[in-house]
Amino acid sequence: MMKFATLLRKPPEWMLLDGPHRDIVITSRVRLARNLDGPAFPGFAKKEDRTTVMQELQPVVEGLPEMKDGFSEDLGALDAIRKQVLVEKHLISREQAAKSGGSAAVINRDQSLSIMINEEDHLRMQSIRSGLDLRVAYAALDRVDEELDGLVKFAFHPRFGYLTACPTNLGTGMRASAMLHLPGLVLSEQVNQVIAAVNKIGLAVRGLYGEGTEALANLFQISNQHTLGEREAEIIARLERVIEQIINHERNARRKLVEDQPHKVLDHVGRAYAALRYAHILESKEALTQLSMLRLGSDLGILPSDLGRTIDTLLVEIQPAHLQINSQRKLGPEERDVLRAETLRQRLAGVPEPRPESLQPPVDPEPPVI
Amino acid sequence: MQCDVCKQNKATVFLTQIEKGKMQKVNLCEACAHTKGVADPKGFALVEMLHGFGHGEKVATQPQERTCPNCGMTQTTFRKTGRLGCGACYQTFGEGMDQLLKAMHKGVRHTGRVPAWAKVVGRDNDRVEDLRVRLEEAVAAERYEEAGRLRDEIRQLTPPETAV
Ligand SMILES: [Zn+2]
Ligand SMILES: [Zn+2]
Repeated sequence: MMKFATLLRKPPEWMLLDGPHRDIVITSRVRLARNLDGPAFPGFAKKEDRTTVMQELQPVVEGLPEMKDGFSEDLGALDAIRKQVLVEKHLISREQAAKSGGSAAVINRDQSLSIMINEEDHLRMQSIRSGLDLRVAYAALDRVDEELDGLVKFAFHPRFGYLTACPTNLGTGMRASAMLHLPGLVLSEQVNQVIAAVNKIGLAVRGLYGEGTEALANLFQISNQHTLGEREAEIIARLERVIEQIINHERNARRKLVEDQPHKVLDHVGRAYAALRYAHILESKEALTQLSMLRLGSDLGILPSDLGRTIDTLLVEIQPAHLQINSQRKLGPEERDVLRAETLRQRLAGVPEPRPESLQPPVDPEPPVI
Repeated sequence: MQCDVCKQNKATVFLTQIEKGKMQKVNLCEACAHTKGVADPKGFALVEMLHGFGHGEKVATQPQERTCPNCGMTQTTFRKTGRLGCGACYQTFGEGMDQLLKAMHKGVRHTGRVPAWAKVVGRDNDRVEDLRVRLEEAVAAERYEEAGRLRDEIRQLTPPETAV
């Protein structure tokens, strides 16, 4: 099995690949909630029953072909910082990080699949992909689901579908989401309208780290709210259509900014470059905002095009637990701000200055290859 | 004082309630209070239920709170937390959930993936039945796209010789 140190050091597969619409959609994720038929759900089960379920499920999950040479750990064996690192990498939920014994996380080697045992449900399985790639993310998860279906008996009801602790997950137990970078819509003050429209059609909009988090770094997670009454493929197709529309809005907003307010764009990117390359104290929020502007600069031709990938890595690496684990000690907020600035200066040291003359509006991507 | 239920242990939980102008008292030991689910000392249904043992028809029959036979989840706890206790809870509380589900979801019936065990003929008869009713509705309402989908689904769930 993979060690925590390896998991920490190794970049996840999605960061190394360029999925569809990678300039706007950072990742696509699909999550399935499943429970065993019989035992009480984790939140209501007695501790010993929860442990029994974990002892039954953990070897089964570890034994899946997808999980070969993966990471598997009892949450009780991980300290708070390590658990937080997994949250920052989007591999476990904040809810699960709050748990200790009787809960486990199993993650595959390339970190594209993670399975939480005894979170709110007995199983929460997640698949993550680069760009807008929900179908592929679902297909990978569906395979795991199918395999597990042959090994354990899932709680299911012909009318309600897969049974979950919270009725909001009932039916398919599926939550599909995409993380969108929308600086164009934010700068042109259209983002609230878009969010309102998305909410109206029954989709949820959240920030970088899920429920209740602020929209930091101009990142927005769009996901389905309904899990019952539609097939998995229908849910995904609907979500995908909406996301494609948002992508178009974002491209149009960027185009309009470049055409109408080039100085505003250049100013934002230039300041971001200066701050990230030369600042010595950077709070998380400022760093995230500036990284967002740097990414925009890269998308619009002012900065190298391969910078986007570095930035996506940094969005995770400058989070508090990552800073602390890399420095191998617990840091106060001020120390973290200093270390964050240092990390950014080092990682961005080789980036050439912005070239205003290269500013160009976004081009519509080539039609997808079928 | 002795426990009114087991008549063995020392009573430590005392419930008093005025009902129809008469004061009713129930004394319970810790264990019995726990097994009867007395968390709230004002547990009206409990007092009635207990008195029901000895007083026969004198007490109006207040139905006991719905409780999941598999995990012990009560209607009150479900209402308070919004979470179910186990899969079997849906048998106990599911019937009254349509309103809730309608507000939360696109529909109140699952149309997605089905685990292998539930595909076994016999077990999913009610699902097929359910789908057939919806198919009739869809045809009647001329929702042909939906009807086609339902037909496919029924076909998936039924062995070839019995498929519609
Ligand atoms: Zn007693
Ligand atoms: Zn139950």
